[in-house]
Amino acid sequence: MAGPVQKESHRLKSALIDATLAAFVAFALFSLTLGVKTVDSVGGLTLKARPMLLATVVGIVFVGRLLLNLFWWNGTWKAPRFKRWLPAWPIPNVAAYGTQYGGIGLVIAAALFPIITYALDAALNLDLPLRYLFDLSILVLTYVMLGFGLNIVVGLAGLLDLGYVAFYAVGAYTFALLAAHFGLGFWMCLPLAGLLAALWGIMLGFPVLRLRGDYLAIVTLAFGEIIRIVLLNWTEVTNGPNGISDIPKPTFFGLAFRPTGEHTFAGFFGISYDPLHGIIFLYYVILALALVTSLVTVRLRRLPIGRAWEAMREDEIACRSLGINTTIAKLTAFATGALFGGLAGSFFATRQGFISPESFTFIESAIILAIVVLGGMGSQIGVVLAAIVMIGGFELLRNMEFLRVVFGPDFDPSQYRMLLFGLAMVGIMLWRPRGIISSREPSIVLNERRAVSGDLVKEGHA
Amino acid sequence: MRSWDKDPLLKVEHLTMRFGGLVAVDDVSFDVGKTDITALIGPNGAGKTTVFNCITGFYEPTEGMLQLGHPDGEIYYLERLDDHDINARARVARTFQNIRLFGGMTVLENLMVAQHKALIGTSRFPLATLLGFGSFNRMERKAVEFAKHWLDRVGLTARADMAAAELPYGEQRKLEIARAMCTQPVLLCLDEPAAGLNPRESEGLNELLYSIRAEEGIALLLIEHDMSVVMSISDHIVVLDHGKSIADGTPEEIRNDPVVIAAYLGVPEEKMSEVEREVGV
Repeated sequence: MAGPVQKESHRLKSALIDATLAAFVAFALFSLTLGVKTVDSVGGLTLKARPMLLATVVGIVFVGRLLLNLFWWNGTWKAPRFKRWLPAWPIPNVAAYGTQYGGIGLVIAAALFPIITYALDAALNLDLPLRYLFDLSILVLTYVMLGFGLNIVVGLAGLLDLGYVAFYAVGAYTFALLAAHFGLGFWMCLPLAGLLAALWGIMLGFPVLRLRGDYLAIVTLAFGEIIRIVLLNWTEVTNGPNGISDIPKPTFFGLAFRPTGEHTFAGFFGISYDPLHGIIFLYYVILALALVTSLVTVRLRRLPIGRAWEAMREDEIACRSLGINTTIAKLTAFATGALFGGLAGSFFATRQGFISPESFTFIESAIILAIVVLGGMGSQIGVVLAAIVMIGGFELLRNMEFLRVVFGPDFDPSQYRMLLFGLAMVGIMLWRPRGIISSREPSIVLNERRAVSGDLVKEGHA
Repeated sequence: MRSWDKDPLLKVEHLTMRFGGLVAVDDVSFDVGKTDITALIGPNGAGKTTVFNCITGFYEPTEGMLQLGHPDGEIYYLERLDDHDINARARVARTFQNIRLFGGMTVLENLMVAQHKALIGTSRFPLATLLGFGSFNRMERKAVEFAKHWLDRVGLTARADMAAAELPYGEQRKLEIARAMCTQPVLLCLDEPAAGLNPRESEGLNELLYSIRAEEGIALLLIEHDMSVVMSISDHIVVLDHGKSIADGTPEEIRNDPVVIAAYLGVPEEKMSEVEREVGV
């Protein structure tokens, strides 16, 4: 009987020693950072001691370390299995309900959204923040389109691209410069911007043909930065950090959205001018562009080149052994992705009316990539949902006034939106590590349609 | 002159492959006869897979010539072709020692990817194809029919819509062979097709290989460790040891070749006669 007791006391002793040591280290570390504070006073900066704070922190370290020593690391107390505590994914798996119907539903909802809100607002005098709502939806749709474009490169072809914003910038600047120097309109420049971006996609593609995984990611990241820095420093052409302003708005078959003048939309249809008309038109333009991107991607997946992309993501060597020229497959993936990035960039320029290199920083690439990964790589509906969550949800966090009820009237929710956003990301990654829609739809079916579990699908950039 | 030397499909001549100072394959020459099953055997590290990788374009040989003559008279020099052209143009297909399927794609999709060449040729008007016009849809139906034909032959029709990675090991091997056959090769190279198969599956594999040879009239080149498989199905065996070709003949000749026995048992040449007496050759 003596044995275990002795062991117990021995354990306590070693735990105490360890905790004391940890407390000492904490004291040494925090004595300067927390223990004293510099205060502005009449005679310059003076130091104010904060012994209570220091004691509390050191105390927490001591007690925490002691408890860890006694219960956790000794195996007498099992750590809670976090996964088990996690409730089931709160949102039903959309893929289970058939992505086709989900997709059609989303398109119809998106197409009706401005009409319904506009009509409701006018009929019931709701005084909705329509301008804000439409602007936000346009932003979300822009990111949906960018997500679709990047999805081709990352989701289908498995090429990790961290510099996607470069093509967005090429598209935007193509339109802005063509409009500024040659007076070309939006509809003329849109295809040109797409083509030029695709060309840049191929130019990026060539040097990175032999790279995979992390190395590819680094070079594409550098490419994105190169484009931005060139735009920033090539002042004669791009006007440098001052950017380009007065970019024309798109016209509706030649009818401009202006309050006065010839050939205006309002004048032609004999309705009173409303600045919202132009915004609703922009909404439909980006909706159409995003739809085209999506439809092309869906179709490409069924064509040999799309299958080659997916096969390349799964196994590049096997691909080559089957006679697939992976050089061409990679270049077409980069070019197609860049094409849609360029179209989206052109739209961005016309919507903003002003562009500068500041709009094309790395964080944009990161957000687009996050949308693709969060949505579930290769999934179209996933990208839409992720864009709504990432862009719309982020904006929503500005308006969390109800949280004041919980945290008191001094609580400013917009201060915490980054924190809440981070929490939401962690949540999604815990519940759905392969993205919101984690299963892959086969591109062709013989007998019965069954989704492929995301766990079997490779991510390409390993 | 041996039957395979008369009108060979593939002539391997003086093939040498060096990696820095290491000579993996040293002046190897052999012929692969039309509609023969040729086996490449040898102890571990003998250079079999290197020869394979040279033939299928994954390595560019340091020296030597790989001449492939198609039935239509066209001649291809494999050492000069890009790896994808070896399948696409010279029509040499291969499987891998560690199976390389497109795991996240369905069984049928795997076979459709293999018909890339046949299908991409129809996309002469890419825009029309993208919009759903043109001959692509007809060609795709044909490709599905062809894939179904091979699914039936390897007995995977019922599992056509399963992800390839979900299949049991033996069926993955069969699928890989079916995928290679969907590229319509004139020479099928199999890198250890029987590895990891149980005796019954191995038996099934032999039948499949026989039927491919009989019905498609193509040549098979295989690396195999399982001697029972090699001896029972091959028409012609080439033995490699330390990168050199040490024997070349029919299974009967190889079985009784003292040099081969020594190579497999690891006996130095001086002691050969002793060993031969002991094993009773």
